[in-house]
Amino acid sequence: MLKEFTKGIVKENPVFIMALGLCPTLAVTTSIENAIGMGGAATFVLLMSNVFISLLKNLIPSQVRIPAYIVVIASFVTIVDMVMHAYIPALHKSLGLFIPLIVVNCIILGRAEAFANKNNVGKSIMDGLGMGVGFTLALVLIAAIRELLGNGTLYGAPVMWESYRNSPMLMAILAPGAFVTMGLLMGLLNILNKKKS
Amino acid sequence: MEFAGSVFTLAITAIFVQNYVLARFLGLCPYVGVSKKLDSALGMGMAVIFVMTLASTITWLIHYYILVPDYVYLRTITFILTIAALVQFVEMVIQKIAPALYKALGVYLPLITTNCAVLGVSILNIDEKFTFIGSIFNGLFAGVGFTLVLVLMAGMRERLEEADVPESMRGMPLAFVIAGIMALAFLGFSGFKL
Repeated sequence: MLKEFTKGIVKENPVFIMALGLCPTLAVTTSIENAIGMGGAATFVLLMSNVFISLLKNLIPSQVRIPAYIVVIASFVTIVDMVMHAYIPALHKSLGLFIPLIVVNCIILGRAEAFANKNNVGKSIMDGLGMGVGFTLALVLIAAIRELLGNGTLYGAPVMWESYRNSPMLMAILAPGAFVTMGLLMGLLNILNKKKS
Repeated sequence: MEFAGSVFTLAITAIFVQNYVLARFLGLCPYVGVSKKLDSALGMGMAVIFVMTLASTITWLIHYYILVPDYVYLRTITFILTIAALVQFVEMVIQKIAPALYKALGVYLPLITTNCAVLGVSILNIDEKFTFIGSIFNGLFAGVGFTLVLVLMAGMRERLEEADVPESMRGMPLAFVIAGIMALAFLGFSGFKL
């Protein structure tokens, strides 16, 4: 049971190992706050859709399973969208378009297809949580690097010296910084994996 | 003349200034996934242009004639189902009337449903309050911008196949670094005031 949870964090990390869910990964990681917001929203949707799909797996005919999954996922995304809009409007605004786009996040549909429709509810919950945590950690890692370099802060708190903060490496929080950070991190992970084996 | 001008502005914005891949981060999965070969990149690009234009047209009509004013909260769910149905429908129609085209685009069509750029364009058309004609053109130019960067990327990656790259950077990591450099170049367009 615990294995289903931990595999999503390192060994099958959805972002770095499987390269899924790339759009939100790069788009919202301009600050740690956004990364946590996005990770939390996606984890909730992932968990709930895994639960529902594993419960409904015997009721859904396999020819129409993909549209059925999309309806389940889209319903939870709508819930998250409305709740965030009502209670945390500032975060909702800065994540913007990427909240409705959780629907097409391949991690969620991928877990529904590859895991939840073959396993029971307990395992699906652990799988959903593990993948969600792995996704959130990946986002936070990228966001930490970009926020530190591009703004000189971590989670809003000043870290770098003042003259750096006055003229930071702005590129890191602009679009090119996202791509380069992601590429270098993936390369670094490849080196670490090779050393291990 | 004014119409032509606004269409031109829309084209420059969607293709260069706010490129859907490099500035808005939409459609990254096919961007790194299908950019290994030039001809498959071109096929994917054509399929995306086609579906994006159609999806922009249909979702605009659905939003303003069916969802407004009572059912706006159903937007996400309606749009994604519309796009999924549309892709399926387009696939069947092309298979019937243009088998040659189907052979070229066939494998890419099912992948488009989960291309977030298509849903992204549909939602942005509504969020940015485009007119009906504006939405159609925005969908078309977003697709053209996507195809442009996809084809550029495929061209570069084909050449890099033969380059001597450190083993740990081969494949995906290098693709991202190149995308970063490309995004840097496209950032130059953002100075344009239109």
